[in-house]
Amino acid sequence: MTSRPNGEPLVRLSGVNKWFGELHVLQDIDLEIGRGEVVVVIGPSGSGKSTLCRAINRLEPIDKGEITIDGALLPEEGKELARLRADVGMVFQSFNLFAHKTVLENVSLGPVKVRKKSKGEAESRARELLERVGVASQADKYPAQLSGGQQQRVAIARALAMEPKVMLFDEPTSALDPEMINEVLDVMVGLAKDGMTMVVVTHEMGFARRAANRVVFMDGGRVVETAEPETFFTSPTSDRAKDFLSKILTH
Amino acid sequence: MSPVFDNIDLFVDGFLTSLRIILYALAGALPLGVLIAACRVSPIPPLRAFGTFWVTTFRNTPLTVVLVFCAFGLPELGINRSFFAFGVLGLVLYTSAFVCEAVRSGINSVPAGQAEAARSIGLNFTQGLRFVVLPQALRTVVPPLGSVLIAMMKNSAVVGAFGVGGDLWSTGQRLTSALGYETLPIFVGGVAVGYLVITLTSGALLQVLERKVAIAR
Repeated sequence: MTSRPNGEPLVRLSGVNKWFGELHVLQDIDLEIGRGEVVVVIGPSGSGKSTLCRAINRLEPIDKGEITIDGALLPEEGKELARLRADVGMVFQSFNLFAHKTVLENVSLGPVKVRKKSKGEAESRARELLERVGVASQADKYPAQLSGGQQQRVAIARALAMEPKVMLFDEPTSALDPEMINEVLDVMVGLAKDGMTMVVVTHEMGFARRAANRVVFMDGGRVVETAEPETFFTSPTSDRAKDFLSKILTH
Repeated sequence: MSPVFDNIDLFVDGFLTSLRIILYALAGALPLGVLIAACRVSPIPPLRAFGTFWVTTFRNTPLTVVLVFCAFGLPELGINRSFFAFGVLGLVLYTSAFVCEAVRSGINSVPAGQAEAARSIGLNFTQGLRFVVLPQALRTVVPPLGSVLIAMMKNSAVVGAFGVGGDLWSTGQRLTSALGYETLPIFVGGVAVGYLVITLTSGALLQVLERKVAIAR
């Protein structure tokens, strides 16, 4: 899984800066993500990794710099932005499934309203995707009736239903009970193997080792180190990364 | 009770006129209030400013002043309609501000992640509001919205007193002042009962609605 994909980068961040009031949460971020590449972003809490992930589909607007997706600059607001977001899948820490809709409706809403597919077509595709993430039998239930791991897999299916060019994962397993983490990670590893371009903010070192092409280590709003997973975990170069790894790997 | 039964025709007419004012006002104030609420939470600053202006104006002006503006101000601007239409319009404008705020409180009760997820699958602001946020807001909005609407139903008496005439309140007025009936039996036995029929029925309907949207989860 460490072969580098070639060609034009799919996502490019250059000179990206963002402030929350006085707090400089993203500082001069330059990052390129190639087609089919899986990038894992790790770092201590408050390092800006979630903000970075959310900036890519402009859930967090940036103050300075440029973000392009598939060569196009991220639009500011309105229709253009909505169209771009349809091409960028997002999976949240807290799942955020639509609470008043069934699992099937959650997955087919976007294709019907945004992609203008017929209800029948969208639903049969939704069932395929639910099958793929292993929750087909839950299609007619409401999100609150599912376990966290099932909800997160539905959330992945909902994002996939839009046929995105890239998928963003913002700490997808952090809100899950330990025994449910693997069922979600397995789905993500499957996606990575199928060639999906992914940006994954996570603390799951196992996932990084199994599926990532690159690990980006952030601290204090900066990208401190970028390396292949094995290299990063066995011989990190920066002191900050060594310190961070010593804290999380001792257990 | 006989003063009421002696004039039951007048009371029935009054009741129906009040009901007409209320139904028209409902049909106007509900969608208008939701629209103004959408403006107030919209990402477009001029729309937000407009929504805030609307609510500030109509929530802070006495209903009677709004009614004077409609009945005497609008004709100055060349708009001429019946007193009935102006009365209903005044009640709609006034009530829409309160409907807006009740709906907005419901919108704010929906976790921000729901709107973020809606945006993330490419829904635009209006679609996100319509398909994701408002249906969930409805649950928390029914009780406060119910209070606003019942207040509106009672405010229809002000519209009636304001030259529209023929409604429950005005019927009571006419029977006591022009026709010399005693005040208490007419207003307690007739007028109040008429309003209670409307408001208690509405209260019961709201409770049914509340239960219905609560289960739909």
